[in-house]
Amino acid sequence: MLARRIIPCLDVRDGVVVKGVRFEGHRVVGDIVDLAIRYRQEGADELVFYDITASPQARTVDVAWVERVASEIDIPFCVAGGIRSVADADRILSAGADKISVNTPAVKSPSLIDALVEAFGSQCVVIGIDSKRIGGEYTVHANTGDPAQTEVAPLRTFDWVDEVQDRGAGEIVLNCMSYDGVRTGYDLAQLGGVRERCSVPLIASGGAGSAEHFRDAFDEVRVDGCLAASVFHSGELAIPDLKAFLADAGILVRR
Amino acid sequence: MIAVIRSTGSNFASVRFAVERLGRTVTVTEDPDVIRAASHVILPGVGSAATGMRRLEEAGLVEVIPTLTQPVLGICLGMQVMFEGSDEGDVNGLGIFRGTVRQLEAAHDHPVPHMGWNTVSFRDNKSASVLADVPDAGWAYFVHSFAAPVGPDTVATTAYTESFTSVVARDNFVGVQFHPERSAEYGSAIIRSFLRA
Repeated sequence: MLARRIIPCLDVRDGVVVKGVRFEGHRVVGDIVDLAIRYRQEGADELVFYDITASPQARTVDVAWVERVASEIDIPFCVAGGIRSVADADRILSAGADKISVNTPAVKSPSLIDALVEAFGSQCVVIGIDSKRIGGEYTVHANTGDPAQTEVAPLRTFDWVDEVQDRGAGEIVLNCMSYDGVRTGYDLAQLGGVRERCSVPLIASGGAGSAEHFRDAFDEVRVDGCLAASVFHSGELAIPDLKAFLADAGILVRR
Repeated sequence: MIAVIRSTGSNFASVRFAVERLGRTVTVTEDPDVIRAASHVILPGVGSAATGMRRLEEAGLVEVIPTLTQPVLGICLGMQVMFEGSDEGDVNGLGIFRGTVRQLEAAHDHPVPHMGWNTVSFRDNKSASVLADVPDAGWAYFVHSFAAPVGPDTVATTAYTESFTSVVARDNFVGVQFHPERSAEYGSAIIRSFLRA
C-alpha cells in the first residue's frame, strides 16, 4: 500500500538554502545540492524547493540548480516560486523537476492552474496555500516570501481548496503560517478542515518539531505527507529515527 | 546507443540523468531512424494520453514504435500509451500490450492522483520479461490518475484502491507505471536490468 511521505522542504534564496521563523529572519543553512543528497541518503521520500525570493522580486526560478539537483538525486522533487506561466513551468520541468508548485500567481490568476494542468497533467501541478486564521476565518495569504510584501488575499482557505481541485490541481500543500518554524506541532484543526474537502493528496506544512507531531498529522488528519524544514536542518530529528518511530506507531513508511 | 524519446512529455531529462548515473550515455531524440538504430529505447512520458499520442503522431512514431525489435521501456504515460487504448480522452494507444487504461477512482483515505511510494510485487511470469533479474518486490515512486487493470501481459502489481498493473511486458517491450528514474535503489535496479537485456 501507499506509504506516508516525509518531505524536507528547502527554502532557496539566491542559490542557497535558508530558513526563517514565521516566514521572517532568514539565515543560510547550506548548499542546495549537498542538502538534497544528504536528505536523499537519509531516506527522504521527496524534496520540495521553494524559491522564496521569486514572487516578490518578480523573477522566475533559475533553472541551473534545478538541473544539478535532477542529475544528482534519484527521488522526486518539486520546485516552487515565481512560476507565472506555462513557459516558466516548462523550463523547470524540462530541467528535470518532477512537479511544480504554484502559490501566489495562482491566487492572482486562478486560470493559470487550468493552463498548467492542460499542458502537463494534474500530477505535475501542486498548489501551495499559505493560510492563517483572521477573525475566526482561515484566510489565504500571498507573497509570503517577503514580509514587507505579504498580503491577505480576499479568499477563504476552504473555498480556495475547493476551487484549485475543480481546476485540476494534483496535490495541495497547506502551509499553516502561524505554526511555521515554531515547532509546536502541525495545525491539526485547520488541516482536518481541509482534509474533509480534499480528494487529492494533502501535504501538511508548518509546525513540525518532534516525531510525535508527524505521527499526529498522519494518524489524526490522514495527511498523505508531512513537510518540514527547521527540525531536519537543525539535525534535531534524523529521518531514519523519525521513520522508525512512525513504523512503531503503525504508520506505513518507506524504509 | 540508448535512445530516449522526447515526444511524450517533460520527464525525459530526469530519465536521461538516471541512465547517465549508471555510466551510460543517452541520445534524446524523436528521429525514427535514430530510434530504429538504438540498442535500447526508452519512452518516458507525463501528462495526458491524448496529448502524448498526438505528439507521437506528429513525430511519425506511432507506426515505428510497435515494430521495434530491441528492448523498449515505457515509463508512466509512456507505458500507458503502449496499451490498446485509454479512457483518458478516449484515445487509441499503440496496441502493444493488451488492455485499456482506466481512471483510478478516489476513495476514503485513497486520494487520486495516486502519488508517492508504493510497493511493486512481481508475479511468477517475471522471468519471461526483460526485467528477469530485478528483485521480486521493492518501493517505487508513482504519480498517476489512470492505471491499467491486471491483464494477460501484467508481470507485477501494486495495491491501491484496487490492484493494478505496475509492470507489464510482452516480447521485447516492457512498461512500468512508476518512475524508475525517481525510485532510488529499486528504480536503478529496474533500469540496470533493462539495459542488460
